[in-house]
Amino acid sequence: MTASLLSNRFVIKAFPVVFVALIFIAWEVLVIATGIKSVILPPPSAVIHDLVTKFPLIWPHALQTLYTTMVGFGGAIIVGVLLGALIGSSRLAYEAFYPVLIGFSSIPKVAVVPIFVLWFGVGTVPAILTSLVISFFPIVVNVATGLATTEPELEDVLRALGAKKRDILLKVGLPRAMPYFFASLKISVTLAFVGTVLSETVAANKGIGNVMMVASANYQTALAFGALLLLAIMGVILYGIFALLETRFAGWSQRKADIALQSH
Amino acid sequence: MTEATTLHATPAATAAGGTATADTATPFIRFEDVSLRYGGAGGTLAVEGATLDIPKGGFVSIVGPSGCGKSTLLKMVSGLIPPTAGRVVVGGRPVTGPLGFVGMAFQNPTPLPWYSVIDNVMLPLRIVEPYRSTFRARYDEYRAKAEALLAMVGLKGFGDKKPWQLSGGMLQRASLCRALIHEPELLLLDEPFGALDAFTREELWQVLQELWLARRPTVMLITHDLAESVLLSETVFVMSARPGRLLHSEDVPFARPRGLDVMYEPEFVAMVHRLRTRIGNARAEGMRTA
Repeated sequence: MTASLLSNRFVIKAFPVVFVALIFIAWEVLVIATGIKSVILPPPSAVIHDLVTKFPLIWPHALQTLYTTMVGFGGAIIVGVLLGALIGSSRLAYEAFYPVLIGFSSIPKVAVVPIFVLWFGVGTVPAILTSLVISFFPIVVNVATGLATTEPELEDVLRALGAKKRDILLKVGLPRAMPYFFASLKISVTLAFVGTVLSETVAANKGIGNVMMVASANYQTALAFGALLLLAIMGVILYGIFALLETRFAGWSQRKADIALQSH
Repeated sequence: MTEATTLHATPAATAAGGTATADTATPFIRFEDVSLRYGGAGGTLAVEGATLDIPKGGFVSIVGPSGCGKSTLLKMVSGLIPPTAGRVVVGGRPVTGPLGFVGMAFQNPTPLPWYSVIDNVMLPLRIVEPYRSTFRARYDEYRAKAEALLAMVGLKGFGDKKPWQLSGGMLQRASLCRALIHEPELLLLDEPFGALDAFTREELWQVLQELWLARRPTVMLITHDLAESVLLSETVFVMSARPGRLLHSEDVPFARPRGLDVMYEPEFVAMVHRLRTRIGNARAEGMRTA
């Protein structure tokens, strides 16, 4: 029974939608049943209502957050790939940089926002930087790990052919690191959102983070929840885009699993 | 990808036909009292005082207890690691760095999963001159060459498949093609058939023998399988347990091409048995000294 249900592609696709609907229904029922005040926990119907009616007001802020996130994320990709390639292909660089990177990634990023504000003032720049520093670490680690998975035998084959270190990196190392790279992008893009909103709630006059601060200060809880919902939706869409890119550019690492699914 | 390289051009003559004969007077590979110690002065001595000659176009096997430094010999020939003492001479020149014209195959076929089988076979052509600089311009020609090679090992029509669609035995055939595509003078094989089932292994013995007879590269084969070493090679070298020393060498007299039937002839069996005894002694000695 379960097996035949799971084998239906349509049913599998519908699962997440059904599950989200169930969460909302449970939430609505909980609010009604407990009679909890709307200012503490608004029911999803009120959240969606606020989101729809105030959409023209929220939309520019959403765009601002999206823009900031993408710029920060773009920077994270550049920094992440360069550092990852360096650490993954050089033992010396690995020994030198890795402890520093671990230390840096252990710092709560909320603590660096005030420093960015001190340097660049309130606004977009600290948000971009926060988004960058919060999201580049997974990319570094994954690219470095991907490079390190090159089989030593293959490296011997290529070196015996006279391949230079750069040849091996470009022809074998980086392509092999692609699945790791795209896996890290999916994680990092959601982290980049966290960074942006974090900075916007602390020091900005634009963006979803700022909307939430203003809304909660005015006890417009439904609007604050609405902003959260919008963030979640943007996060899911971006994740989806990078998952698609992953199948497009590193699909060779997934085909095996697809075939396995089809044959069972 | 247009950087100047100092790679040795691959002489095409050796690959042109099966006419070349082993020339024992001037060895192609020469180990002159070669030792190798891993990890500095206090490290492990992997190979000690190895001296051996391999003629051009010859086929030698090196057998010995595991961990005796067989693979280390291969790495020194290809220039991947320099010897700590003595020297290795290939083609009249001392080896000082990666040779740049060597074909290698290992137990693990290590295909690149994002390339099709034929692109995997053609990988060396993207690296070795003169193919590298002409790779785009003469792609069709090189592809035809790779297809012909695949046909020789029984993989006709499999070129466009992805590596994961092939069995282990098929991948190892493709790996042999990859090692031979640039027509190397020197083929280094490190237990290439170690992970295969018995029947596939027997088939690939025949494939390798055919390839060798057709092109006559100089072959160094590392193996644990004594029957394999006797069946395939002209000379079998036996190494001692670590530190690896060359204990014994034996020329194989059987006529080419050797079918699998030769393996059941008393002379063949006797030879395998003799080698077996040598290895047994080498292992026992290794255990006593360890």
